Amino acid sequence: MTKLNMVKALNLALFQEMERDPDVVILGEDVGVDGGVFRVTDDLQRKFGSQRVIDSPLAEAAIIGTGVGMALYGLRPVCEIQFSGFAFQCFHQIENHVARYRLRSQGRFACSMVIRMPYGGGVRALEHHTESEEQFYAHIPGLKMVIPSGPRNARALLAAAIRDPDPVVFFESKALYHAAKEEVPPESETFPIGRAQVAREGGDLTLVAYGAMLRVAREAADVLQAEDGVAAEVLDLLTISPLDRETIVASVAKTGRAVVVHEAPRSFGPGAEIAASIMEGAFLRLEAPVRRVAAHDVSFVGFAREKANVPDVARVVAAARETLAF
Amino acid sequence: MPRTVLEPRFQVEYLSILDSEGHLDAALEPKLSPDELRALYRAMILGRRLDERMVRLQRQGRLGTFAPIKGQEASQLGSVSTLRPTDWMVPSFRETAAMVWRGWPIEKLLLFFAGYVEGGQPGEGQRDLPIAVPVATQLPHAVGLAYAAQYRGEDAVVMAYFGDGATSEGDCHEALNFAGVWHVPVVFVCQNNQWAISVPLKKQTHSKTIAQKALAYGMPGIQVDGNDVLAVYAAAREAVDRARAGEGPTLIECVTYRLGVHTTADDPTKYRAEEEVKMWEQKDPLTRFTAYMRQKSLLEDGLEQQVDEEIALAVERFEATPPPDPLTMFDHLYAELPPHLVAQREELARRLREGGAPEPDAPAPTPRATPMRGQRLTRR
Ligand SMILES: Cc1ncc(C[n+]2csc(CCOP(=O)(O)OP(=O)(O)O)c2C)c(N)n1
Ligand SMILES: [Mg+2]
Repeated sequence: MTKLNMVKALNLALFQEMERDPDVVILGEDVGVDGGVFRVTDDLQRKFGSQRVIDSPLAEAAIIGTGVGMALYGLRPVCEIQFSGFAFQCFHQIENHVARYRLRSQGRFACSMVIRMPYGGGVRALEHHTESEEQFYAHIPGLKMVIPSGPRNARALLAAAIRDPDPVVFFESKALYHAAKEEVPPESETFPIGRAQVAREGGDLTLVAYGAMLRVAREAADVLQAEDGVAAEVLDLLTISPLDRETIVASVAKTGRAVVVHEAPRSFGPGAEIAASIMEGAFLRLEAPVRRVAAHDVSFVGFAREKANVPDVARVVAAARETLAF
Repeated sequence: MPRTVLEPRFQVEYLSILDSEGHLDAALEPKLSPDELRALYRAMILGRRLDERMVRLQRQGRLGTFAPIKGQEASQLGSVSTLRPTDWMVPSFRETAAMVWRGWPIEKLLLFFAGYVEGGQPGEGQRDLPIAVPVATQLPHAVGLAYAAQYRGEDAVVMAYFGDGATSEGDCHEALNFAGVWHVPVVFVCQNNQWAISVPLKKQTHSKTIAQKALAYGMPGIQVDGNDVLAVYAAAREAVDRARAGEGPTLIECVTYRLGVHTTADDPTKYRAEEEVKMWEQKDPLTRFTAYMRQKSLLEDGLEQQVDEEIALAVERFEATPPPDPLTMFDHLYAELPPHLVAQREELARRLREGGAPEPDAPAPTPRATPMRGQRLTRR
């Protein structure tokens, strides 16, 4: 086993999938010579050539639109959008076509493709470089929406996404890219899309998180254990859509209490769907209302104010305590 | 049916007035007064010195990621200097020199890049849009402004900036097309600095020039030596005058070069040769304009020190900015804050009172020897 950070782990997944399947191609802005602005595609053009790792002109709509054509022909494009904040430039291609070809052609065609993008804050960045927009994709029928939380699951889920018959929007937290190294098995590995993981077991309360917020939830669980003697169960969603309602409901049926944490703005965010799913599946087991800890409903606050906007450990602990005291 | 050649034929001009060897085409030399020349020259020096200062501030951790302008001073100032205050300026994200010319206080720009949203607020009555980060998205706005000016019967002209990479975006083509169809007073200034991050122009477009794209939209297109401030000025003057006279839009391609990094998070050694940079350094827009000014005996003693002092004072004002009040993050989202946001604001205020919320980032954190992780990671 080697220890890799998330950038290197993702790079490994891309490398191995390209070796495994000659239909896998990469396209996006600066993905070739530069290796992507975060170096996730580093060295792949040198290894596989510029026919397979394509430095596209600067146009997100055409990156996804031509990706659709390649996928309809049978290739497996992995499209990179440089920052999730610039995916609105291709949103129409994603909503109008990527998510719909299977249905529209009544199963004759499908877009087996992956759309990778860095998302989220915590990196002192400009507008459109810090936002979390998973809710838009999670809301579109026909798409899958995946957000890994660490190097190993990032690698395994990206490989799974590339092999998936359906289109997968794959968000990578910029704050996690270099945050930690983890053992990653050298042979290729996949994790199932659509399954959450229990990141920490506990019986008193369920904390639901994903992506960069998993660390926040874990640390909050540590604080609750140390200061309150409370055993929080932490769920790592990994897939936002299709949501693993079974795992969430099973956990809350056991604990009776839940706090959902996400970086996306609060209103109409994933927390709302998760809370509703808990209501539907575990209403009679609930001891307290489901709480949401999320960013405020503000589009952009600037990094000077970012810490006061994005959920932190103190906010999660406070919400957990209120839930426990209800 | 025979195959025939359609008329009219098209042509694209290239304009150069003061070349990198300092040769002047006196017949084309724009008629600028000594005061106008001195103002332009001062702005070019200020643009360069401010840029260098900002890079240092960024390296010290006092600014976040930004896009340096080194090498593009002539493209920006030659064009923006043809505008009146009643005209509109629509920047992208690399127009520091043009923005300062238009009156953006330097400390405000610094605040912007230090993560303060306040830095994006134009002055009262100032006809400048804030920085637009999503490439090419500002171009349709320029066309809409120009339409509105025409609709109101005002003689305002709109000047919009964008890069070579931006010409690949749909928004760019849609804006050019609308401008052509509507015949509105807008001047598109493309700073073709040869690179869009790591992607060279030849991978961006198969056209010989960017200027020729104008022809497809039924407007004049001209390519100018973007490192020749006189040529840029002359082309922009003509385009602005024509727009003001109701003769429609123009596309100006300024052939220039980004001498520095794409942004402070970029490493150009990954994708371009040092020799190429060296070659373009020979064509530095400041060198040739300095020679021109010297020949005209218009060089002022102590100009650089003056400019540095102006910058230093602005940096002082920037550093004196108090840490931001997190509660103001709700300001300006709506004209009137809806109830759910009033509640979120109150809840944040309560956490701040109780000391549960983290301290905001100060404008000038203690300089760090190594860049913060985010700065290394963050790229545009
Ligand atoms: C819609 C969009 N896509 C991607 C980016 C990331 N990005 C920022 S600048 C840039 C290259 C722009 O190149 P160009 O238009 O030539 O302008 P330059 O940076 O050279 O001034 C890219 C890809 C962005 N800001 N907006
Ligand atoms: Mg460029």
